[in-house]
Amino acid sequence: MFIRRFSNFFFFLVLQIIALSFLFRFNKFHEAMFMNAAGEVTGRFSAKYNTVEYYFHLKKTNEALVQENAHLRNLLLQNYQAPDTTQKLVVDSIKVDSLLKVQRFKYYPAKVVNSFVTMQNNFITIHRGANQGLARHKEWGVISPQGIAGRIVSVGDNFSVVMSVLHHSFKVNSVLKNGPETGSVSWDGDDPRYLTMVSIPKSAHVAKGDTVLTSNVSDIYPAGIIVGTVAEVIDDKSSNFYKLKLKAATNFSNLQYVYIIEDLQKEEQDKIEEPLKKNP
Amino acid sequence: MSPLVKNITRFILFILVQVFVLHEVPPLHKFITPYLYYLFILWMPFNTGRGVLMLLSFLFGLTLDYFLHTPGLHAAACVLIAYVRPFLINLLIRQEGAEMTYASPSLTSMGWAPYLTYVLVLTILHHFYLVLLEYMAVGNFLYFIGKVFASTGVSVLLIFITELLFFRKERFRTNTA
Repeated sequence: MFIRRFSNFFFFLVLQIIALSFLFRFNKFHEAMFMNAAGEVTGRFSAKYNTVEYYFHLKKTNEALVQENAHLRNLLLQNYQAPDTTQKLVVDSIKVDSLLKVQRFKYYPAKVVNSFVTMQNNFITIHRGANQGLARHKEWGVISPQGIAGRIVSVGDNFSVVMSVLHHSFKVNSVLKNGPETGSVSWDGDDPRYLTMVSIPKSAHVAKGDTVLTSNVSDIYPAGIIVGTVAEVIDDKSSNFYKLKLKAATNFSNLQYVYIIEDLQKEEQDKIEEPLKKNP
Repeated sequence: MSPLVKNITRFILFILVQVFVLHEVPPLHKFITPYLYYLFILWMPFNTGRGVLMLLSFLFGLTLDYFLHTPGLHAAACVLIAYVRPFLINLLIRQEGAEMTYASPSLTSMGWAPYLTYVLVLTILHHFYLVLLEYMAVGNFLYFIGKVFASTGVSVLLIFITELLFFRKERFRTNTA
């Protein structure tokens, strides 16, 4: 019979269709398809591997953490001392105890157990999951000690998967530190050290070496986290906008610790924005 | 070692090598992604049924996909080469009847030229399909062609280094086996 004769070919087609349906329903796959269960298994393997790999990265990891400490120490009040007593400095930071109800962003540390830079869509696996306080259906931003790193796409029991900045679906709204111009930063897939920023109007004064930060309208990050520095200003003659090539602040090939950011007021913001999104 | 144990060991080793060695190497160039894992499919015994071969390749590819978080990408490419493999073997060694006397494809059982052709064709096919799917969303033709051929070159080189390092002496199959 015809089906019997071509049974291998049909089996081939069936397997291809299954594989391709996984591929093109990507986000659904991350929610279902045993991704969380499989993530636990692959995460365990990665954690074992990382105990070895981590040792070789200790020096660089230490350097990154020390630099971050130095940056934070520079923000301390004791460092600012006026030459006379007519000027008075006051503490302008949040007292966590009394002002907890107005806290917006909360940080959780996490160990990176696996990260790739070699593919077109890269992911990072971190050793923190639902059992360690991450809610499953929530937006979580992820930053490294040096700058932004990604966002969480899947939360398992003990491991979570982070969509790296080096992913084609990743976009973040950013702003030039020297000016008010905002633009969108993404990765073009070429070099894991460089990102692309688009839609900066040509009226902006932008030079090589300028810093680019996350903007205040970015949906998961607090404002002012470093994205990168301008490496090249590409002047597109056919449009009124510059395209910027950014040197990424985060060194993705040497990522050992990250911070997960929880936006505690996100739900309230979403709730008030929802009706507007439905009927604009 | 029985063929079953041997293939299970290979399954695990190839996945681990691909994930924790080849994907950890800093990229030499944007075109080059070293792939070696599909050698598992190339080394499967001649007498594996076609359905079984495709199913195994699918599971093998999917395992890698779970590690790399690329759902179905490698599985699709693996199933394709598993489907084409028997046609290619028939084409390359029908006259000598090697599939009757030897257990699995190798340098000794097929000879240098047919084995090289076998590896090259399946590698190009695998990379072509893989990169095609990967670039469906992005689209840059030069990039696509460049990556297929650069990665094929690196992969074939890796396969031959592996062949020389782990030289597989193929035994004649006898009736007692």
